Amino acid sequence: MRTFGLTLLGVLMAAAIAAPVLAPYAGDRQFRGWLNAPPTVPHVRDDAGAWHAPFIYKWTLTNQLEQRYEQDRSQRVALSWLDGGRIATSSDPRMPLFLLGADSYGRDVFSRLLYGARISLGLSLVATAGAVLIGALVGGIAGYAGGAADDLLMRVSDFVLVLPAMYVALALRSVLRLVLPPFEVFVLLTAIFAIVGAPLIARGVRAIVRSEKQRDYGVAALSLGAGHARVLVRHLLPAARGFLAVEIVMLVPAFMVGEATLSYVGLGFPDPIASWGTMLHDASTVRAFADFPWLLSPAAAMFLVVLALNLVMQTPGIAPVYNTADGPARRLRANTHPVRS
Amino acid sequence: MLAYFARRLAFALFLVFAVSSAALVLARLAPGDFAAQSVGLDGRTETMAEARARYGLNRSIGEQYGVWIAHAARLDFGQSLLFDRPVADLIPERAANTAILAFTALLFATLVGLPLGVVSGSRPGGLLTGTIRAASLVLLSMPPLLTSLFLVFAAARTGWLPVGGMTSTTSTSAGDLLRHLVVPAAALALPLAALFERLQSQAMSGVIGQPYILATRARGIPRSRVIWRDALKGALGPVSSVYGLVIGTLLSGSFAVETITAWPGLGQLMLDALRARDVYLVAGCAAAGSVFLAVGTLLSDTALALVDPRQKEQIEVRG
Repeated sequence: MRTFGLTLLGVLMAAAIAAPVLAPYAGDRQFRGWLNAPPTVPHVRDDAGAWHAPFIYKWTLTNQLEQRYEQDRSQRVALSWLDGGRIATSSDPRMPLFLLGADSYGRDVFSRLLYGARISLGLSLVATAGAVLIGALVGGIAGYAGGAADDLLMRVSDFVLVLPAMYVALALRSVLRLVLPPFEVFVLLTAIFAIVGAPLIARGVRAIVRSEKQRDYGVAALSLGAGHARVLVRHLLPAARGFLAVEIVMLVPAFMVGEATLSYVGLGFPDPIASWGTMLHDASTVRAFADFPWLLSPAAAMFLVVLALNLVMQTPGIAPVYNTADGPARRLRANTHPVRS
Repeated sequence: MLAYFARRLAFALFLVFAVSSAALVLARLAPGDFAAQSVGLDGRTETMAEARARYGLNRSIGEQYGVWIAHAARLDFGQSLLFDRPVADLIPERAANTAILAFTALLFATLVGLPLGVVSGSRPGGLLTGTIRAASLVLLSMPPLLTSLFLVFAAARTGWLPVGGMTSTTSTSAGDLLRHLVVPAAALALPLAALFERLQSQAMSGVIGQPYILATRARGIPRSRVIWRDALKGALGPVSSVYGLVIGTLLSGSFAVETITAWPGLGQLMLDALRARDVYLVAGCAAAGSVFLAVGTLLSDTALALVDPRQKEQIEVRG
């Protein structure tokens, strides 16, 4: 199970990195005549039973107003390979390759899903890295120094921990203009997530550093003349590796869903940018739910990421987390707290 | 013990005060205000100034904040600009809607998750346990954002259930409310049921191995009775420790579920307020949200102390 989870994660990450090659089209390319077009499934056998190189059937628009399409099984459109640096596209410019259909602007959902993965996964990874960095630093210093510094740092992080994070994220986000350039949104969301996620980590790291400090090896390193910073970073913090690994696995999905929620309600990335949240935002009409289900594919992608992470954590990592005194509460907070959806 | 709760309460009050103040100031600092949004871009300067004066937006932040605090101390949280009604009326109304949703979801999650957790935790291995585990794992991987999307999709596809809103325009019966409740409540409840199942299952398998269970069995008490009475009692700790937190989180409103299913609750109100730059309403919603969260945290600590006396001792030592 664990291997399966890791493989799934690897494939998803690779797909995100290779987006410019894998995606048939640019994420913001609009095909005017193909609004909400259904997926073009590649076939290798036609109706007569003859085998061909992979091809797609042509769709024809039958109802402009309701955007209904019908498949024209008589016209085969071959796929073209390695054309213009992209692995597979359609050979006929009049029938683009829509592996997961087109959205309401006539953009290829599959391409947007791949480009969106870069933003959604990238943001959650960077934010998690930030949270781990801040948390380990604050927790490490608090646990190592003890005394007044410990008190102050822990009070502050306890305060941030009990803040209703989603309200804070929304309020902070709304201080700025409603529409921001994408890069600023990325930095802003990353910073907000990192700050609300850090206290959780700081608490755990502090406890670990505090208990490790008593052990002989730390004292030995100190008496051999190592500086405090060196003892903390090189000798004590590595003891928190297992804890940090579990936290990372919990924070990544929380941040991913956080971005999606903010973008879904229109406070995340601006429109032409593809992120999984903005894609869901485009799909947020009853019509989309009923007639254009392919617009929900980012939700399926998010499910796969969280499932993969859960599989990685499930065996056997989940048990130690639950068994600590405030384990269940922490786990719940990680699921709901950093950014509640 | 009492001192501990007094301290916790004081901290909670401070938190609510800080969050709502911060929300007010932040919403005020945000570019664009309610006057600009309601009058529109082509509004003349005089109209705009008049609107600002009417809404009290022409005062400085400090002055506005002072006035707000003075009123808030008397439980008057100002007038919502967007709805033109007192915030103190608006919030309980929406909070009640959220509460209906929250308690339905909690009831469902408990009734489904807990027994399944007892079953899967008390018989390791087997097809039933495997199925329950797999289902929980899948549902745990679906935050409410995703469950609500999938459920709305299913409802829209089949046409069996209404996809949004709280009541139909034509009918206001309780049955109609229940039909509308299914999708949002299930969206919240499914991941929660999975969480309860996992927690209960792990706690059960830990307790089953204890000597006292073996001793009870040895005295001839039937297996099912041992599991559902003796073992269950000893394994309630983890779930009850998260229960309060869950209540708090649910009551403060879920943005995703309420937006997707158009449920007129607190989360949606906060969003509307933020979008419209309705400063007083933003502050009020933030205050309400943090009250629920603080109460939830307090509840979960109390619940833990009640089921697990060791925890109580710890509290007494610290407090």
